[in-house]
Order: sequence, then C-alpha cells, then structure tokens
Amino acid sequence: MAIIIDENTNVIVQGATGNQGKFHMKQMLAYGTKVVGGTSPGKGGQEVEGVKIYDTVFAAMEENRVDASCIFIPAPFAKDAAFEAIEAGVKVVVVITEHIPVHDEMDIINYARKKGAMVIGPNTFGIVSSGKCKMGIPPNQFFIPGHVGVVARSGTLTYEIVGNLTANGMGQSTVVGLGGDRAVGLSFIDVLEKFEKDPETKAVVMVGEIGGNQEEEAAAFIKKMSKPVIGYIAGKSAPPGKRMGHAGAIIERGKGTFEGKVKALKEAGASVATLTFEVPALIKERLAL
Amino acid sequence: MKLFEFMGKELFAKYGITTPRGKMVTSSEEAVAVAGEIGGEVVVKSQILSGKRGKGGGIAFASSPAEAGEAAAKILGSTVQGLKVESVLVEEKLRIDKELYLAITVDGSAKKPVLIASASGGMDIEDVSEDKIVKHHIDTFVGLQPYAAREIFRQMGLDQTVAKEFYKLLPTLYKVFREKDCELVEINPLVISGDRLIAADAKVTIDDEALFRQKDLPHVEERTESEQKAHALGLSYVQLDGNIAVMANGAGITMGTLDIIQHYGGAAANFLDAGGGTGQEGTAKALEILLSRNPRVILINIFGGITRCDDVANALVSVKNEIGIPVPVVIRLVGTNEELGVNILKENGFDAYKMMHEAAARAVELAR
Repeated sequence: MAIIIDENTNVIVQGATGNQGKFHMKQMLAYGTKVVGGTSPGKGGQEVEGVKIYDTVFAAMEENRVDASCIFIPAPFAKDAAFEAIEAGVKVVVVITEHIPVHDEMDIINYARKKGAMVIGPNTFGIVSSGKCKMGIPPNQFFIPGHVGVVARSGTLTYEIVGNLTANGMGQSTVVGLGGDRAVGLSFIDVLEKFEKDPETKAVVMVGEIGGNQEEEAAAFIKKMSKPVIGYIAGKSAPPGKRMGHAGAIIERGKGTFEGKVKALKEAGASVATLTFEVPALIKERLAL
Repeated sequence: MKLFEFMGKELFAKYGITTPRGKMVTSSEEAVAVAGEIGGEVVVKSQILSGKRGKGGGIAFASSPAEAGEAAAKILGSTVQGLKVESVLVEEKLRIDKELYLAITVDGSAKKPVLIASASGGMDIEDVSEDKIVKHHIDTFVGLQPYAAREIFRQMGLDQTVAKEFYKLLPTLYKVFREKDCELVEINPLVISGDRLIAADAKVTIDDEALFRQKDLPHVEERTESEQKAHALGLSYVQLDGNIAVMANGAGITMGTLDIIQHYGGAAANFLDAGGGTGQEGTAKALEILLSRNPRVILINIFGGITRCDDVANALVSVKNEIGIPVPVVIRLVGTNEELGVNILKENGFDAYKMMHEAAARAVELAR
C-alpha cells in the first residue's frame, strides 16, 4: 500500500519531448514508474526514451489505460494542458510547472473538482510512492520504501528531510509535494486523511512554511489522528511582507506567522522539529523505536 | 505588482466604476492648478505603496487651490510609512453619507476568489468584527452574477438608495479582478454620497506571474537594485539586514537556512534561492550579486537534485579566480555529483560540510 500512486499506476508525461519533460521522464523510468506514453502536439508516433509519443492526451488514452499525468508544460500553456488531461478523464494530474498565474490555477482546480479529478501542484516537485512509482522531479537515490509518510509544500526542503530519514534507515511510504503556490489542488488535510487510512504509514512528517493558514487548518485534523505527526515549519526568521521564494510564503497583515503555526501544531499533539535534522529522532521517540 | 492608488482608480474608471474627480501630480504648482479645476474643497493624498497614510501625515485636506499647493509641497518629498513620496493625488473632497468596504481576493484555502464586503468601511478590515463582514466565494466558471450581488447587498443591510449602483458595481469589480489577473482589488472606503457609490480609494495587486499577458498595465517597481538583477537572472532574491550572505537551491531550504543562521545567533544578508538546475554560469552570477553587498561571510547550502554539485564547485572556483572572493565561504554540498564537487573544492582551498547545521554554525562563528 501507499497513497495516490503505486506500482500499478499507468502514467503519461505531457510535454515529453521538451528538455525538462524528457530528462525527468527518463529519471521516472529509471525509478520504475510505469510511463505508458508521452504527449507532444505534432510529434505523435515518435519514440522518446522508449516511450511512445501521442499528439494529444485523448490519443494516448485510446491505446492505454491512463491513471495519472505528469505535466511539464510552460506556464502560459499549463492551464490548457491540465484541462485536456482532466477532460480526457485522467484522475490524478500532477502539475510540475511553476510560475502559473493564480487565476489559471483556480480554474484548473475548479475543473478538476467538477470532474472528480485530483490535482497535485502546481509548482510541486511531484509525488513519490517509494520503490513503486515516482511522478515529478526529486532525485531518485534518496527515496527508499518504508513507513514514514511525508507531505510538504517545498521541494528541496523535502529532499533535505527525506535524505535525513533515509540516512537514518527510515524509508517512506509516500512523499507528496502540495506545491508552493497560493492555490494548489491538495491541502495538508487531504493528504493527512489518506495517510491516516494507509496501513503502510506509521508516522507522518508534515513540512510546512510561513504564509496562508493551511498548517493551522491541518492542526484541527491532526488532533483526531491516531498516527504521530512530526512537523517542521520553514520561515521562522522571515520578515513580514516579504515573499520568500514561493508565492504563498509571505506573512501578510500579521497572518501566516511561524509562531502561530507551531503553536497550532503543538496544541494538536504534533511534535515540532526546530531544525531539519531533528526529524528522525522525533519519529523514533514518537514510535518508541 | 502593486499599483499606486491613482493607477488603480484609472483602471476602475476605464471599467466604468465611479471614482472622485482628480489627478495625480508631482509638484505643488500642478496641485494648485488641479485644485482650481476641481473647485471647492479637495484632498491631497500621498501616492505610496502602503496603507495607513492618514496616520503618517500622508493625507491633507485643503479648502482653496493655494492651500492644496501648500499641502502638496509639504507631502511631496516627505517620508510616509517609511516610503518616500514622489507624487500626490489631488481629488474632490466627497460628501460622505456612509463608508463601505469591498474587496475581491484569492482565498488559498478555498482555492477560489472570495468577495469580502462590509457596511463598516473606512477602517482596516482586520479591525471589523466578523459578524459585520459578508463573505461570498465565487465559482470562476459561473462568475459573479447579479443574484449574488443582490444577496450580498441584503446581507449588508443597506437601504435601497444605492441598490442599483451596487448591483452594477459588483460584477464590474469582478471583471477587473479576472481580466487584469488581480490578486487583490480593494475599495476602502466605498463611499455612499447621496445616491452615488464612489470608490474613494483603490488598492490593486496584480499577479506577478501573469504580467506576461498584462502588457497594457503601467509598470511599478518595488524591488531594490540587487533584487532586480537577481530577478533578471531568474533567481528569487530578497534583501535582508544581516551580514551573512546566503545562497541555497529551493525556496523552502533557503528559508530553512536563514532560520538555522538565526538559531545560532547570526543574521542573514539576503534570501537567495538559486533554484533547481541553475548551471555554472547562473551560479557564478548569483555569487557576484552576493559579493556586491559586502557581506562578512558567504554561506552556500546545496542539496543537489537537478542541481549538480560539480557545477556549483566550478562556479565558486571561477568567481574566485576571475573577480576574487575577499570573504570566507562556507559551503555545504551534497547530492548529485557530490564527490566530484567536493574534490574540486578541496583542490581550490575550500572546505565542504555534509550537514547543513554544521555549515551554518561555522558561518555564524566567522561573521562575529
């Protein structure tokens, strides 16, 4: 078991002939992901990295069962690509692209809701069910199978934390990147709910950051969870009003502060790491390993 | 990108939203002339990208053109809320019967636009009690239809004199919000003056990511010179007050690096997310930006995924050889091509750390 994607997930890559799409499709294949096709308008019939290319998502679905799509399409055209996947009936749409206008993001999420599809991202590193399936851009070598679920808003910070877990012999069930933008498809709660139900997941690491109130909302759910949650919040030292890289990482009008998030998590019974390397020790403590 | 009030009002006016008669000026002579054209009492408002202008002496009333000129002379060039005033807006003074609040913004939790309205306008919306605030989420595929405007109006408990104007205003404001890729459109106060509804203020923020398709909007630059340089290179950079220059790859890990510096008692000079996959040349340029602000020490924290450690090491060496690095560099380098990168560093007299907190502690020690 894992959440959202596993060894049976059939994946397509939208934008498979571009630099990013091609490079990461190769890495995904190397990780063992079942990539059944790629799309690139006008290039249908070609092969890239041994994967058949189709002109459209609809064409790919005529020949394959497609469970999930990974989008590497430049920001101005990303909404169109996501709409295409959703309308074609793909149920898990992972949008790696960054710098997508927020109005396009709201439209993508809106359409997905109406069609019963799940959007991961935009501006995400993707999702990895360790040892089974990787969709997105994380470096393969740090993700080993195990029992820790990870959900995060930021990419490299997740690699840092997952790297520490792996170095301590703690593998991961699934690692989910929500995305760093203001409007993203999944919330912490959506993923926490799935980890709570997943028999393979024994503990959850939640990597948040300043800005918004997602972490505070998640705290209400953590209170009801049977599994231990270890939190880490980035941005303790960030000055208010400054956008720290991610569109969503900004303290506005006194809201979205580090202190508020840590307090909410602690009150909900989560352990909170002050520094990234403390996470494995806190998991050991909570699981009494 | 925030728009100045006068720009926001010009945008509103284009869509047919009523704004006070007035004009932006940059000298007291012009202020006298504009006040003369308007006639009667006027208000002189500093044009800065911040609220709370009234408290900072940034807003003045005048009953004659001469007084308007004096007010403009006093405000122009002064500092309001920490910002230098370079222009003022001279406008008719409105007869105010009631002040309302109206805004549309992006609700990140609901992942939808939300309209926020209150019959208690004129003050910070944060200071208005929740029961006096009406919130209405908008489905982007449905838009803001007249029925929603009627319901919001009913919940606000306003009397019928401005009903028709209000029903017309809401869909128009939503149109501005959508068509101009706004993160925020805010009218506070929205003034009831007789049977008219007038946008007495305008706060408009455009989504930076959508500027590529918003070519007809004026350009407003809020960033420092270093921030602009970094932006042109595709790097995310925020200037801070400390003396430890920081470069990392990824927004989260960069924030984490700043936090760890603070944890050990140091202060970062900047936030610089060099992104993933920044090659040798980009990394070298990023280093030059860091050096241009004369830090005491440079801390580089790289967890290489797409970023290759040897690229980072080569960039560091090339900058050292070409322009020189007069301050100590502490580097943490792990991930893709780690061995290769660390060897290059060693050959050139740099030490590399494996753990992020060890590198940060060393940087703080060197900055003292």
